This record gives sequence, C-alpha cells and structure tokens, in this order.
Amino acid sequence: MSQTYFEDVQLNEAIPALDKDTIERLQLVMYAGASGDFNPIHTITEAADAQGLGDVIAHGMLSMGFLGQYVTNLAGPGGMVNKLQVRFGQMVRPKDTLTLKGVVTGKDDCKNLVSLDVWAENQRGEAVTKGVAQVTLPSKSGCGCSCDCK
Amino acid sequence: MTVVDKSLIGLVGEPFTEEVEKGAIRKFAEAVGDPNPIYRDEEYAKTTVHGAIIAPPSFPTTFRAPMPGVNLWGMKILHGAQEYSYVRPIKAGDKITVQTRISDVYEKAGGSGKMTFMVTETAGKDEQGELVYTGTTTIIIRE
Repeated sequence: MSQTYFEDVQLNEAIPALDKDTIERLQLVMYAGASGDFNPIHTITEAADAQGLGDVIAHGMLSMGFLGQYVTNLAGPGGMVNKLQVRFGQMVRPKDTLTLKGVVTGKDDCKNLVSLDVWAENQRGEAVTKGVAQVTLPSKSGCGCSCDCK
Repeated sequence: MTVVDKSLIGLVGEPFTEEVEKGAIRKFAEAVGDPNPIYRDEEYAKTTVHGAIIAPPSFPTTFRAPMPGVNLWGMKILHGAQEYSYVRPIKAGDKITVQTRISDVYEKAGGSGKMTFMVTETAGKDEQGELVYTGTTTIIIRE
C-alpha cells in the first residue's frame, strides 16, 4: 500500500475516488454473516416486502464499511482513522454501484490530522450515504507533531 | 415488544466482552470487498505503524452488545446514522469490553407516519480499562 503524507493533501482538494463493484445479493448475505446483522430485510425478499420496502435493501453499515475502506486507504500503513461519522440518507439495493468520494475540509498542523467530507454516490450520481472523517497522516518531516518540530 | 419512549433515556446495558479474532476481521473485510492486507497478512501488518492486524473502522458493529431495556427484534427499524471515534485502532487479539447507554429518544412525524429516533452511545475499552473507541448509533423505528 502506498503512503499519502500530511503534506500531500491540500485544503478543499478532492481525494481520488474509489469505485466499488456492483452490489449483489450474495454480498448482503456475506455481510449479514460477517457483521451479525441478520435483520431479514437485507436478505429475504418476503421480509423486506412485508415491511413496505418492496425488496431487500443493503445494510447501511455496508456503505459505511465502504467508506471505512476509503479512509483507511488514505491513512495507509503509517496513519490511522480517528473518526468516521455517517448519515444513511437513501436506500441502497442489489445492482447499485457505489463510488466513494471525499474532499479535505481541514488540516490540523499540530496533530497531522486531516478532516474530510466523505460520501458514497450511486450510479445515478446520488449521494446515498454522507459523512465526515478524521484521519491522522504521517509527516514527511518524520515528526509526529509539526508544532513540536519548530 | 417494548415501547420505545423517553423513559429509556439513561438506561445502561450490561458490559459485554468480545475477543477480536483475526478470522472475524478477515471475513468482515471480505464481505465489504476490501483487499487491504492490513486486515489479513500478519507479516505485512508488522511493517505498519500499528505493528499488528487491525480491524476496519466500522468493525465494532459486529459487537452485538446487549441493548438496555429494549428488544428491537421484529420492529420496523432503519439505521439512521453511525459514528465511530478512535483513541487507537482495534487490533486482532484485543479483548474489548463494550457497554451501551441510551442517550436520547425523540419523535418526528414522517411522510408515512410517526418515526421514533433512538440514540445510543457505546464505549469500548481494552483489558487495561483504557478507552479504545466510542460509537454513537441512531436507530429509526417506523410505525
């Protein structure tokens, strides 16, 4: 995995997008098993229909998992994800294809902490899950805290 | 089925301890479709700043901590929002003790009837009693 440094990201600049594979029903079954969320609205058509949803919907937490992948990639082997906060705005269903996007909204020079707006967009360009993240990135100066270096 | 109303605010669930197994981390990453080697390759993980396999940021959703005073099974629920904040990443082998508190319950009139919002706060601590992460969950209960 390549490393992005604190000095590499600029305020108001976009982070390269990440395209996820199209969501298939099997992925929802896998995610139910891996997460322990067996709410049948995510895997069984009849259960979803009985709740007025028509057919199964993806776990909101799956799209948060995608965003977790996105910000962990940014953190790389030398950084860490401090915070990930999301709001589930629109339902995601099998055959939807999500793309993860982000923009830098803040840089804390003392903590090498980067704040971001992040979101998952579907194939129609609708932001289905929106959130904010904070990621600590290593500094090229090798210093954990730029302030201490001065 | 329990009624979800403001009387639940302040209730605290029983503490619950989960050992974070590397196989559970790998399966979670596979379900998300995340190929990052830090979730599955111990030799690679040793070369990272964390020195060990870590869990993805949304992994604490797998800790099915007891919910105080309410059983949501069978209700029409949607997940409204979720936050995780970390002091440090969760690592494979950690024994994390989680405890959940209901911090708010409020109602909103939705397009298709009343919606009840329940907010819970969860703290996860390690074996030394040090805080590792906090989680805030907003659940929407539809009528």
